[in-house]
Amino acid sequence: MTTTSDTRSAVGPAVSAVAEPRTLTYSEAVREAMAQAMAADDRVFLLGEDVGTYGGAFGVSGDLVHRFGTERVRDTPISELGIVGAAVGAGLAGMRPIVEIQFSDFTAQAMDQIANQAAKIHFMLGGAATVPMVLRAPGGSGTGAAAQHSQSLEAWFAHVPGLQVVMPSTAADAKGLLLSAIDDPNPVIVLEHKLLYKQSGPVPEEPVRVRLGETAVRRTGTDVTIVATGVMVSRALEAAERLAADGVSASVLDPRTLRPLDDQTIVDSVAATGRALLVQEAPKTGGFMSEIAARIVESPAFGRLQAPVSRLCGLDVPIPYAPQLEQAAVPQVDDIVTKAAELVRRW
Amino acid sequence: MPSPEQWTRPDPGAGPAATAAQPSPEQVIAGLRATTEGGAELTQLLTPEGERLADSRFDPYLADIDAEALRGLYRDMVLVRRADRESNAMQRQGQLGIWVPLLGQEAAQVGSGRALRPADMAFPSYREHGVAYTRGIDFRELLGIFRCTDHSGWDPAEYGFHPYTIVIGNQVLNAAGYAMGQKFDGKVGNADDAENEATIVYFGDGATSQGDVHEGFVWGAVYDAPVVYFCQNNQWAISEPTERQSRLPLYQRARGYGFPGIRVDGNDVLACLAVTRWALDECRHGNGPVLIEAFTYRMDAHTTTDDPTRYRLSDELEAWKLKDPIERVRAHLARAGGTEQDFFDGVDAEADEFAAQLRDFCFTMPDPPPERIFSEVYADTPAALDAQREEYLNYLAGFAGGEH
Ligand SMILES: Cc1ncc(C[n+]2csc(CCOP(=O)(O)OP(=O)(O)O)c2C)c(N)n1
Ligand SMILES: [Mg+2]
Repeated sequence: MTTTSDTRSAVGPAVSAVAEPRTLTYSEAVREAMAQAMAADDRVFLLGEDVGTYGGAFGVSGDLVHRFGTERVRDTPISELGIVGAAVGAGLAGMRPIVEIQFSDFTAQAMDQIANQAAKIHFMLGGAATVPMVLRAPGGSGTGAAAQHSQSLEAWFAHVPGLQVVMPSTAADAKGLLLSAIDDPNPVIVLEHKLLYKQSGPVPEEPVRVRLGETAVRRTGTDVTIVATGVMVSRALEAAERLAADGVSASVLDPRTLRPLDDQTIVDSVAATGRALLVQEAPKTGGFMSEIAARIVESPAFGRLQAPVSRLCGLDVPIPYAPQLEQAAVPQVDDIVTKAAELVRRW
Repeated sequence: MPSPEQWTRPDPGAGPAATAAQPSPEQVIAGLRATTEGGAELTQLLTPEGERLADSRFDPYLADIDAEALRGLYRDMVLVRRADRESNAMQRQGQLGIWVPLLGQEAAQVGSGRALRPADMAFPSYREHGVAYTRGIDFRELLGIFRCTDHSGWDPAEYGFHPYTIVIGNQVLNAAGYAMGQKFDGKVGNADDAENEATIVYFGDGATSQGDVHEGFVWGAVYDAPVVYFCQNNQWAISEPTERQSRLPLYQRARGYGFPGIRVDGNDVLACLAVTRWALDECRHGNGPVLIEAFTYRMDAHTTTDDPTRYRLSDELEAWKLKDPIERVRAHLARAGGTEQDFFDGVDAEADEFAAQLRDFCFTMPDPPPERIFSEVYADTPAALDAQREEYLNYLAGFAGGEH
């Protein structure tokens, strides 16, 4: 495990002064990160649909428009391509745009600007310009939002060199990773999760950064390493509790940043436990856990494996609408328990 | 219960005060006022007071609309509104995951929908329950979409009504392509008008900012496709007023694409019917496309998960109530004579019955079975997915057996 936070904050005091952190919801943590970044740096601004008076489709921007005004919290025309394209342009002009896309599914509309411009401008200009854009969008299923509002698209972005991809799973990381993303000179895609917005956790009041590219070890065990992203992290932790009661000791790892991926922490853990269960909400085929599986089997941990590297993923189907089918289409705690126990008992 | 557009409400008190008479500085800055006046360009055949205005250009398109036919349109609008209100209430009672109200847009939807012929094709967005009704779709079939049991419940070819599209603007491109298909198929410009067809596509004021809509206009135009672009400008895109989308009245954009654009009173069922009939005729005869901007108002929330008092001012709603699409027809029929109170009472009773049927149906809708997850991903399920299904059903059976 590497450290989960760091104190290189451009604003605010050093982390050592932090007392017992208070609790915020995940969405409040995101808002606080934006507010602190905007207060510290005039170049930071937010743009998206209904982010102003409405406070954001999921209430994340909340009262920011009242605190920073309509110039810095911009309600935009209903055009995702326009939003991202304008952010890229503003970034080139030296601004620090934070884009909010209402549902990560609608990054599809903006993909040209994301993949062909934001990701490649620095490269194609021979390093002469940067696109310091942050794009925040909620992904994931579980809210009855149906096939076009529930996807987990991290693999799309992680496949594009030039982008960085972040999936915070706790309130503290939602704040800390976002602050790092805003500092970063490169485009960062921050995939939030709808089901996490209302979950609370301790969050430092100061603008404490969580460095990009550091896997968090959420729990340490000896029999199996469970790697999980997004909402699957809390499910994996709950599963690990139940497994423990059943005599199975599981580590739970949360990569947090998919690109650049800290695979060393994962490989080290798998080398120690000898088993890997990789859990994602996204459909199995072509998913990001396939990348992690490949990194494990390409590493020296291969020689320590006592069981095949195993993936537990969403089914290869669009997210169904009916709540019971929707639940069935993606891994639940029961599924993680069953699969992990099987991996340990069978091998 | 979950909902397709899960708007979470920020803290109360952050929204605007209740009146436009004394807007706060923030409200002025945020432009929290919708336009209430359609302006001189508005085509109107029935005033809000129920007075019929003569119109030499569009009256010929209403030659068959006698008092009996107008009573029919009145009945359509009353039934549609009643079904809309009932569905809204069922959502409040937890029977539907979400409802997307059409309140206030009955005339735009019934008028334009009734202008279509069976062979025509309509592409809705997600609020067009009134158009669905005119296409012969049982209102009950719509409920699955809002009870979260189904993404869509009808055969588009049978009804000439495409499934709802929720991703803003997408359907405008699809409609342009469909209309190109009609043209390639020889369904445009035939001497025998009965062989001709057209397409109509519905979208909102907010949607006009999407590239999809621009591109759909371009494609329809350069291929002379028989497509009517029907924009219901209900003044709001969730919390954003139309001025956030355009400097220009929306219908005037048509000029830049090289086809006619017209603004119609979207709360006037006769004007919507006449203007849409004209536009469809133009398309069928090979003079398409046409853009219609139906100037109307979203009387209720964006969806049942939205609270519009947070971002818009209540006297705006009051102003629009005076332009109610149903009341003006009632006033006209009552004033013209020949329509007795019995008729209005009869329609109300019918609406109650319609609502009761809807309610009964909703409460008894079956949930889809688990294997349904896999059944419609591909036209022919590939072997790998079939294997995943087998594995999954076995796994479920394991749980059912109490193994875990
Ligand atoms: C591509 C896309 N972006 C954003 C949304 C979220 N959204 C749903 S409805 C809506 C506003 C649409 O307004 P308008 O086109 O005026 O139609 P209305 O709802 O008023 O009928 C938005 C932004 C979406 N569904 N699809
Ligand atoms: Mg609208």
